[in-house]
Amino acid sequence: MSCELAAIHLHAYLDGELDAAGAANFEQHLRACPECSSALAAEQSLRETLSRAQLYERAPGRLRNHIRKNRPHSSVAEAPKSATWQWLAVAAVLVLAALLGRELVGLFHARSERSVLALAAVDAHLRSLQPGHLTDVPSSDQHTVKPWFDGKVDFAPTVRDFAADGFPLIGGRLDVLAGRTAAALVYGRRKHVVNVFVMESSNASAPAGAGELHGYHWLCWQKDGFTYIAVSDAAPEDLLQLRDLFL
Amino acid sequence: MPDAQERERFEECVLPHLDAAFNLARWLLRDRSNAEDATQDALLRAFRSFASFRAGDARAWLLQIVRNCCYTWLKGNRPHDDLSEIADDDMPSDAPSPEALAIASHDGARIVRALEALPLHFREILVLRELEGCSYKEIAAITSRPIGTVMSALARARRQLRETLSEPRQKENSRVL
Repeated sequence: MSCELAAIHLHAYLDGELDAAGAANFEQHLRACPECSSALAAEQSLRETLSRAQLYERAPGRLRNHIRKNRPHSSVAEAPKSATWQWLAVAAVLVLAALLGRELVGLFHARSERSVLALAAVDAHLRSLQPGHLTDVPSSDQHTVKPWFDGKVDFAPTVRDFAADGFPLIGGRLDVLAGRTAAALVYGRRKHVVNVFVMESSNASAPAGAGELHGYHWLCWQKDGFTYIAVSDAAPEDLLQLRDLFL
Repeated sequence: MPDAQERERFEECVLPHLDAAFNLARWLLRDRSNAEDATQDALLRAFRSFASFRAGDARAWLLQIVRNCCYTWLKGNRPHDDLSEIADDDMPSDAPSPEALAIASHDGARIVRALEALPLHFREILVLRELEGCSYKEIAAITSRPIGTVMSALARARRQLRETLSEPRQKENSRVL
């Protein structure tokens, strides 16, 4: 691969848009070419700068509330105009739905929040398995990992090494799940890696639950105002065991 | 009850992307309060045309609507902003060293200013890629551009941002003003 070609592929490589063969070719060129290596390093450094600056801005609470309260509606108001009994039945059902609505909508939001979170967690888990992405602070010492998060997240996650229980601490990492900053704790489980994402619980926090996505298991729970979500290709029982260690 | 079902489906598919919608509007308009209005407007439009959205990538679909709302707003309120298509002009070549960038990277406010100072078309692609984590294909769909244009614009956006960040502070200020 020439440097000209490498320059064209550099951004696609950085963004994970090259196929395996393309990425291998590019990496082969990098090993032989210090200039392209430093160009890549400059791009990676820019990316880290942007990610450290935490530029993502979540929708303000009042906008979220406004949209939920003033949900756009189309035909509810017009429905009773055509006063056939079918429409009356529809209206009756709507009234019933409105009575149950608050509970149901709340549950609904919480569930969809959880599925968004699970998807984001599995994506983040996959990202973390890319070479060099697993930990920002590789250490099995909880007294090293915990203070590392100071000032990087605006809460203090509980960090403990569970090596004695078969879950050795590998390190910690800063991550972002569905636009929210999360502390990622990395544990080993035999040959598997487990990511435990910790973030502050919000009003719309995900309820506890478990599932499987793209062949990875996830398990979500709440404790002391924090939402935890663990992701791994280890067995679901392993995740349950790890959760019990946290609880 | 098709209406209630439709609304539920809308809330399930679209509302999880509210943050994405607001974040894009905030960076396109460079103003939070206008971004709130644009996001609301976009959500309303999205609901009205939701019937035509059956399956696929709800986030990309919503972001496309948000982008349209923002462009409409910019045309009406900031006609001096450059809304024209990406031109194939040459960019200066010498990239600053990673060391130079490291100096500027501690100043969060400066990074915000540098990103806001990027031309609209560069800014939106960079925000979609770096903040929203969109794939090239998604960015191409949201911005209605060919993937090749997205790739070259992204490379140029990054270069320009790096240059702004490694400029001496005074020069950067005068540029932004």
